[in-house]
Amino acid sequence: MNKIKQLLGYIWMITAPAIICFLVYQAITKINTASEATRSNVILQWVIILLIFTPICVGFFIFGKYASEDAYAHLPSNSEELED
Amino acid sequence: MNGTKQPSKIAFVIGASSVGTLIEWYDFYIFGMLATILSKQFFPADAGTAALLSTLAIFAAGFIVRPFGALVFGRLGDLIGRKHTFLLTLIIMGGSTFAIGLVPGFKTIGWLAPILVLILRLLQGLALGGEYGGAATYVAEHAPEGQRGFWTSWIQTTATLGLFLALGIIILIRTNQGVEQFSAEWGGWRYPFWISIILVGVSVLIRMKMSESPMFTKLKAEGKTSTNPLKESFGHKANFKMVLLALFGAVMGQGVVWYTGQFYAQSFIETVCKIDFIQSRNIMLIAILMATPCFVLFGWLSDKFGRKWIMLIGMLAAVLTYRPIYQEFINITAAANRTQIVDLRLTNTITAFPIIDAKDKTKLYIKQQSDTTYLDGSVFKYFKTDTMILKSAVDGSRPLTLINPEMIKYKSPKPNVVVEKTMGRSAYWDMIWLVFIQIVYVTMVYGPIAAFLVEMFPTKIRYTSMSLPYHIGNGVFGGLVPFLGTLIVEFTKSPAHPNGDVLAGLWYPIAIAAVCFVIGVIYLQNKIDKDVMD
Repeated sequence: MNKIKQLLGYIWMITAPAIICFLVYQAITKINTASEATRSNVILQWVIILLIFTPICVGFFIFGKYASEDAYAHLPSNSEELED
Repeated sequence: MNGTKQPSKIAFVIGASSVGTLIEWYDFYIFGMLATILSKQFFPADAGTAALLSTLAIFAAGFIVRPFGALVFGRLGDLIGRKHTFLLTLIIMGGSTFAIGLVPGFKTIGWLAPILVLILRLLQGLALGGEYGGAATYVAEHAPEGQRGFWTSWIQTTATLGLFLALGIIILIRTNQGVEQFSAEWGGWRYPFWISIILVGVSVLIRMKMSESPMFTKLKAEGKTSTNPLKESFGHKANFKMVLLALFGAVMGQGVVWYTGQFYAQSFIETVCKIDFIQSRNIMLIAILMATPCFVLFGWLSDKFGRKWIMLIGMLAAVLTYRPIYQEFINITAAANRTQIVDLRLTNTITAFPIIDAKDKTKLYIKQQSDTTYLDGSVFKYFKTDTMILKSAVDGSRPLTLINPEMIKYKSPKPNVVVEKTMGRSAYWDMIWLVFIQIVYVTMVYGPIAAFLVEMFPTKIRYTSMSLPYHIGNGVFGGLVPFLGTLIVEFTKSPAHPNGDVLAGLWYPIAIAAVCFVIGVIYLQNKIDKDVMD
């Protein structure tokens, strides 16, 4: 199980930047194809989406990194274990 | 806590915490329920879908700032205590909700209107971000050992009951006032915002009588409270990895299941299935009422079998059945699937009548309503509007027969048709059951989550540590379901398919819940932490 946790960690690490790239690509495409009347609204929507999901993807990357380092092999059972 | 806690004391703790949290949810949800009216009031009249999307964006903004509220008030709660912090959040929430009801419309103050609404919405989001973690922590820290899931599940019901209260009050006012008066600039839609101040006042009085959490009091007496909860929560890898696991392995999926069942469903049956305003809300109200006891049931079961699998089964069920459920919504409400009562076809067609535009006297709207009645008792109303521009202005309304073709300069090639469906008894109950199933999923993922989060983190940084993943999962992932769902459907529209794929919006909650399910299965443990005193 720990091996699967670690291997999946690498997948999460790859997925996070892939999601950001996908969103940026979508944003550029949708803004370019938007009509003059709706362009400002489309830009606003995508700025919101990118601003929200970029930090979340960074968090997802860190989660993947921790998983790949086997940090989730053992979960703490009391508060003392949460102290570094 | 020890297992001998007096039931009456716990009941007071639950009651006092729940009433405040319920009111905060109520405040937060009336905005979403009234999104269509708000988009007309606070944005230019001709903005159409753009206005609705902008309102949804403001609605989403309230969700997005929730994690920041979690940080600000979570830190405060871990420093000065739970009681005073969630008193403060309640006052901010009530004040900003009341103030939204006072903002004049776009017609009166122009762009200042949406700006003010946005600021107040952000304040609402900040307050809610601080409230929930405090209430859940407070109740969990009072709950007897082995019953934490059961007792905290009462707090979990407040989110749904807040929605129920919001729906109920809106329906009551709208039914009494009628559509026009309700939707006017200073109409009845403002009342639910004003009512909030009374509810908050009562709740503040109740909460003033509460004592501080016994665990926090003990920590404080021993001088063991955290001096920097933010650093301890997110600066230490050992705790931060748990914050990330809580978010990606549980709360992210819980958030999308919650908002799909309780928000996207309502939006879908109203805007896609075209069910009329009152009936669509009644469907939600009845389904919510029937499913609410399941919060307590699954909270109690989580004390017996652990939190993990109950939440993950709810998520998996949502992933597998969302598309069939929503497809069934479409099938149930389709005209093609029912038999029309032919005898009523002509008698229920109301003669067309012209309306002259208030500003442009050459512009004329020809409105006609026809009702189609079906054997199962369903009635579909079709409101057809043709737009005409005349060569010269006309005064007063005149019968259609006096408008001859030579007077017309332009006529819209296709009439604008608005459909409003009232379903017969059988179809109505079919829809209630479909919403009910989704809300049972909600209760599975949401009932045990407070106990699950409380047990993940130590007392001294619990408020901060559990609030952040909860509000990112719910506020951001969940709160964006209506906005992103609408947006994804917009992307599928093309000249060949002007309506797009109406089920495409579901891919967002399905994908998020599926990823969360995989992470939860592999990384979470099913242990119930007996001691949350540490």
